[in-house]
Amino acid sequence: MDYLLTEEQQMLQDLARRIAYEKIKPARARLDEAEEFPWEILKDLAQADLAGTIIPEQYGGLGMGAFENVLLLEALSEGCVGVAVSFAASFLGAYPIMLYGSEEQKQTYLPGIAQGNTLAAFALTEAQAGSDASAIATTAAKDGDAYVLNGTKQWITNAGVADVNVIIALTDKAKGPRGASAFIVHKDDPGVSFGKKERKMGIRASVTREIILEEVRIPKDRLIGREGQGFIITMKTLDLARPGAGAMAIGLAQSALDEAASFAKERHQFGQPIFAIQAVQHMLADMAVRVEASRALVYAVARYIDTDPKDFSKEAAMSKVFATDMAMQVAIDAVQVMGGHGYMRDYPVEKMMRDAKILQIFEGTNQIMRNIIGLALSKEYTKKK
Amino acid sequence: MLKIIVCIKQVPETDKVRLDPETHTLIREGVQAIINPFDLYALEAGLRLKEAQGGQVTLLTMGPPQAEAALREALGYGADEARLLSDRAFAGADTWATALTLAQAVRKLGGADLIFTGKQAIDGDTAQVGPMLATILGIPYVAWARKLTWAGDGVLEVERLLDHGYDALRVRLPAVVSVVKEINEPRVPSFKAKMQAKKAVIPTWTLADLELDPHEVGLAGSFTQVVRVFPPPARGESEIWRGDPQELAARLWARLKELGRR
Repeated sequence: MDYLLTEEQQMLQDLARRIAYEKIKPARARLDEAEEFPWEILKDLAQADLAGTIIPEQYGGLGMGAFENVLLLEALSEGCVGVAVSFAASFLGAYPIMLYGSEEQKQTYLPGIAQGNTLAAFALTEAQAGSDASAIATTAAKDGDAYVLNGTKQWITNAGVADVNVIIALTDKAKGPRGASAFIVHKDDPGVSFGKKERKMGIRASVTREIILEEVRIPKDRLIGREGQGFIITMKTLDLARPGAGAMAIGLAQSALDEAASFAKERHQFGQPIFAIQAVQHMLADMAVRVEASRALVYAVARYIDTDPKDFSKEAAMSKVFATDMAMQVAIDAVQVMGGHGYMRDYPVEKMMRDAKILQIFEGTNQIMRNIIGLALSKEYTKKK
Repeated sequence: MLKIIVCIKQVPETDKVRLDPETHTLIREGVQAIINPFDLYALEAGLRLKEAQGGQVTLLTMGPPQAEAALREALGYGADEARLLSDRAFAGADTWATALTLAQAVRKLGGADLIFTGKQAIDGDTAQVGPMLATILGIPYVAWARKLTWAGDGVLEVERLLDHGYDALRVRLPAVVSVVKEINEPRVPSFKAKMQAKKAVIPTWTLADLELDPHEVGLAGSFTQVVRVFPPPARGESEIWRGDPQELAARLWARLKELGRR
């Protein structure tokens, strides 16, 4: 379908697709098998200026919005979601600085991220604080001109490879969620270490590790925004990131559909290509409908975000939950259409099926997405009375 | 500051090329035009040398007006400027007439320290324009470079890929160097460069601009014409001889005479 892209958006999409098909696709099986971080591909993306897609122009980026971000992540995910996640995690680390950082913080960190010389990460989750983010136990104690951080962040994408880590920690335990603050911690700050590389079901090209903070003393100007803004910063960051997760889902699902449909044209059973068998054709038709419906929703939400609305938590959650549930279903169906072949690691759809699962879990589980949507609905219908 | 020129050619996409059985020429209708893939390695070599030593990369191509698209695309990789050599009088040029036209453009640009070309174009596959360009300009030609090392003081060390290994040589600039794909991995285009390329002004130089005689260029200036196109026969066995150059030369001469008698 034609989504009426501007010439600039078309150029961005073409460039990202080119990298997905020329660089990512040939490497994805190897990266997955070896659980290898895609340094080379991130270098290509940086060379193409894409590391700066969402970073404002005055900090060396392209200054583009949510919609362009969605086009970019969709295209990269047609190649590999593991690679796309490694790339996009840097944006997740950049958003808090872009949204709430001081001018000095922006000038210090954003140009490096935009050029792709600096990778970033965002660290909220802890062992006892997953969906219940308010249960975090990491602390940041003010001590003169410094903060001293202690705690362990779990399952952090890009931990250990990111130079800049945004850490959510409690500055006032008594205040609960209102006592959380966001800090910039460098990879090489004394007292920072990283846990073992997690062994994951999918997105194995991406690195997931613990960030361990032991008496990490950082200057007080590494606080983002003000004390107590940690959760607002987190929510705004995740609201912006969620259509990106939806975009990854569309890219993955489109790619799974492409594989399954091409296979169905080649594979003969009962004297005909299995594409001609109605049971198969209907599955492919359903997959195509779901992919297109998700794309339309994710694009619409991203374009809405670019109109700068005051609150878009509900819409962002909708785009994430719908598209990622869709991607899981489409990936499962792609394996089914391809039968025994689909189950083999010689074909890419089993990897897509493994990769799809995380999209329903990270950046807020799909159950939490429904909570957010439900809460917003409840408010809307209360007002209407 | 190094003045680097990269010659590129717009060609039909390889896997879609068909031959007209009557005229033996390429059927170009409906086939997408791309930059000759080998030329992207030449461009990458030029860009890397520029980044390492400082300088400017100018793109040069001769072709119909639509060849401007190839220059614009190549600018998207980060080349500084481009010139299109286009005139009805240039049409039908063989390799000599093409090289002569390019050489005149190089002179008009004030010469260059280095001129890069791909090892050959995938449509004609002649690999002639590079060496002819060097001949006309009266500067050295180094074919099939697979590695370049800047030795300083206007000297480049080049490894040339051969059938049975490589040889290494030093060349004093200016020179024309053709590259093979083993030399590098071309970068991906950059978004910012592509945006600039879209707006870039690409001057077109015509016969008049180049102050050439119409009889020297295009079909009129061509010594050759295509009579028939066919796949080349498979290569025969090769032999490697070692020994004293004089002795080898004598042996080679004897062998050539023997082969010529057959």
